[in-house]
Amino acid sequence: MSFNLKQKFGMFIAGALVSVGTFAGEIVINTDTSDPAPKAAFEDLIKDFEAEHPDIKVKWNLFDHEGYKTSIRNFLTADAPDLANWYAGNRMLPYVEAGLFEPVDDVWESAGLNDSLASAAGSMTIDGKKWGVPYTYYQWGVYYRKDIFERLGVGVPKTWADFIAAGETLLANDIKPITIGTKFLWTAGGVFDYLNLRTNGYDFHMALTQGQVPWTDDRVRKTMANWKELLDKGFFIDNHAAYSWQEALAPMVQGEAAMYVMGNFAVAPLREAGLTDDQLDFFQFPIIDGTVRLAEEAPTDTIHIPANAKNKEDAKKFLAYLGRADVQTKINKTLGQLPINKNSEVNDDKFLHAGLAMLSSTSGGIAQFFDRDAPAEMAKAGMEGFQEFMVKPERLDRILERLEKTRARVYQ
Amino acid sequence: MFLVYVIAPIFQSISISLYDWDGLGEKRYVGLGNYIELIDDEAFYTSLKNNLIWLVLYLLAIPAGLAVALFLNQTVRGIRIYKSLFFFPFVISQVVVGLMFAWFYDPSDGLMNIALMAMGFDAIPVLADETYVTYGIIAAGLWPQTAYCMILYLTGLNAVDKEQIEAARLDNARGFKMLWYVILPQLRPATFIALVVTVIGALRSFDLISIMTDGGPWGSSRVLAFYMYEQAFSEYGFRMGYGAAIAVVLFLIMMVYIIAFLRKMYRDERRG
Repeated sequence: MSFNLKQKFGMFIAGALVSVGTFAGEIVINTDTSDPAPKAAFEDLIKDFEAEHPDIKVKWNLFDHEGYKTSIRNFLTADAPDLANWYAGNRMLPYVEAGLFEPVDDVWESAGLNDSLASAAGSMTIDGKKWGVPYTYYQWGVYYRKDIFERLGVGVPKTWADFIAAGETLLANDIKPITIGTKFLWTAGGVFDYLNLRTNGYDFHMALTQGQVPWTDDRVRKTMANWKELLDKGFFIDNHAAYSWQEALAPMVQGEAAMYVMGNFAVAPLREAGLTDDQLDFFQFPIIDGTVRLAEEAPTDTIHIPANAKNKEDAKKFLAYLGRADVQTKINKTLGQLPINKNSEVNDDKFLHAGLAMLSSTSGGIAQFFDRDAPAEMAKAGMEGFQEFMVKPERLDRILERLEKTRARVYQ
Repeated sequence: MFLVYVIAPIFQSISISLYDWDGLGEKRYVGLGNYIELIDDEAFYTSLKNNLIWLVLYLLAIPAGLAVALFLNQTVRGIRIYKSLFFFPFVISQVVVGLMFAWFYDPSDGLMNIALMAMGFDAIPVLADETYVTYGIIAAGLWPQTAYCMILYLTGLNAVDKEQIEAARLDNARGFKMLWYVILPQLRPATFIALVVTVIGALRSFDLISIMTDGGPWGSSRVLAFYMYEQAFSEYGFRMGYGAAIAVVLFLIMMVYIIAFLRKMYRDERRG
């Protein structure tokens, strides 16, 4: 999942420009953590690691998000660093299958990560091996304007009926219930994930994203029918296909929209835009079907060792260091996200506490995100379909048939 | 050099288009499989249709450029300043043009929709509407392209033979007749170059699309070059073979134009 999609032009060249020269005791790390907070977090991480291992020098190549997604393919094959950041779940599958990532079960074993990072072990495992070390994750859910809800006497919705009622009250007061910007598609994927997780549950969602269920299945239609209910009532802001997720923050800040189905990274810009913690709050996506166990969405970020790395020994030291409780505490404090290590401390922030409470009590399963759980081509076609559906719900049949065609091809 | 950088990749693309390949793993030979899939791909037809719209509407830059050039081809005080103002859009980068128009079209705060709403119309989210989006981007592209054509015609107008105009005037030709029978024939070289650069410009629409809509909404503003990039190189694209097949189709379309161009060159040379 990529939450900072910007324009993509000519950036895949960047990968070719990075020169990597290694000598003993030096490791090279490539990351796309170019936003202010992640950048600062990695600066500290590398500095602290070097202080602890004075014999190892870390060379850090910083990429921008869009460039990274394309250049990782080049540098993993041609000029591999010793470490690279990426994402858990299906998103790493192509590189694991192509033999470009190194299994790191020995690091998990020797550093005791099997115990301390147990919650993320599943999403790091492919073919019975672990392919990297996770260091941060964050919750998804509904961020909302608490002050507006209170002013209109709307309670926090627990069920679908509450949610619809809350939205109708907001609409009656000329406030759009939900803001969203679907220009770069993935935001619509988040809404679909939650609707499908709540309508059909985690197992079905995973079967669908892994291509085992046809898109024309009645259960998918049920999810889409719930979505259509929101669309028919006009719950989403107009013209969302013209906005990026950042642009869609504006109606929420101005009080023209009251909710945003988003990841926790939306909190920082909302605060910067002037919303205080009294105005902004978080609730778990409401229950649609009481018999479905609640599953949540919490994308995990990871670091891997490329198979062609030159200094794997020191790279493994870095991964062991990254898995440590105190290190994850510090890095996530800067990131404003949740550590994976169960012995780490969580930053004192109400959104993080809410997220942690929600995720640690999740019984239904934790999904990564639509474009991490589904393979790339399916994800692209799917999210494009969701965007189209949100504007032209009457085309549902055509969209689902198109997705089914893509499924037949992608998973063959 | 020409062989290595131009000719060889053409044949490489053709050969890759026969494989199913993610750029990393094993290539798998699929014969014409990619092309067969292309025939049945809605997105391909959308892109192809958009390419044609681009080619046709982009040609508007030529008459528009001519009109501006004729208008500016007078000797008034400070005309150089006006000329350079008109030329300005061609100097700035396509990316900036794209951003400016994206703001102009913004459904809530854009100048266009503020104006529309002031006149009592509903706002049109140009870039989020599948029927308008391609035209919206073309309008953005026409702005610098018109400036380009204008410059070509301004230089051409400098070379127009004054005596012929005098003679035509004596024969009572004026206005449109003067333009059509006396001036335009003398501008033929300029028109030819304008046509060439405009067609090339229409095929280079990639930057504007990438900046303004990223191919959206739901892929309805894609052109073939953008679709190829998406399939082969973008975040979710891992299909080198399919991308190459699109490239081959694009190449064949361009071949038609290139052959027509070469034939004309050849004929002109024989005549000259």
